[in-house]
Amino acid sequence: MTNRSPSPIILLGTRFLSPYIMIFGFYVIFHGHYSPGGGFQGGTLLAASLLLIRIASGTKIASLQFKDYLATPYAALGVVIYFGTGLLAMIMGGYFLDYEQLPIPGLEAADLRYWGILIIELGIGLTVMTVLTLIYDNMVKGEDYA
Amino acid sequence: MKYLKLLLIIAFTLVLLFAASDLPYRGETSNQMNQEVSMTGTKVPGNYYIQEAYNDAHTPNIVTVILGDYRSIDTLGEQIVIFTAGLIVFLLLRNRKEENGEDNDE
Repeated sequence: MTNRSPSPIILLGTRFLSPYIMIFGFYVIFHGHYSPGGGFQGGTLLAASLLLIRIASGTKIASLQFKDYLATPYAALGVVIYFGTGLLAMIMGGYFLDYEQLPIPGLEAADLRYWGILIIELGIGLTVMTVLTLIYDNMVKGEDYA
Repeated sequence: MKYLKLLLIIAFTLVLLFAASDLPYRGETSNQMNQEVSMTGTKVPGNYYIQEAYNDAHTPNIVTVILGDYRSIDTLGEQIVIFTAGLIVFLLLRNRKEENGEDNDE
């Protein structure tokens, strides 16, 4: 297992394919207000684009894209984004997760809810992406080449 | 034993078919799931969601409004479930790898 190196053709193909999958993942997250989609589905697509590089090349090349020790802090950050949005709304005088009370100036209540939903979807996407990457990284630890 | 399994499968299929023959037709307005008032006499929240989701959040996708706004604490729970699953995988696999390393050294 030690002297194997990634195939350049497969690496080039995955490097070509990965950004498009990532763009589609962001599209699914940000367009979740108008079409089927949202944080869970978009986060899974983002994780697919990261895992494609991880499968095709070793951990050394893949760590240029996303370092494996960053996965746990980012997953916690996603939960903190969601929980902090709810807590901020509660501090500003509303109920928990009542986006109407978020301190964004110049927006009416319905638009505040629109942006609040987008913020929590981003938090969900971050958590799902990093947790799926973390599971793969821990499963192949010590087994992969390069 | 083989015939018992087959008999159980046939019996279960018959039970399912009997239950399915009693289902209401899809999309009929007189069905209980399409009523504004439930069996116990209280108003159904789905009625409010369909009528007011766009006015509340300016979002055309009703599912996003329900998951992200009306039922947002449930979605927070789902996110924490995924986070916990990731942490458990991290902790379990990390410990097993250290034990294997010790075994290889001996």
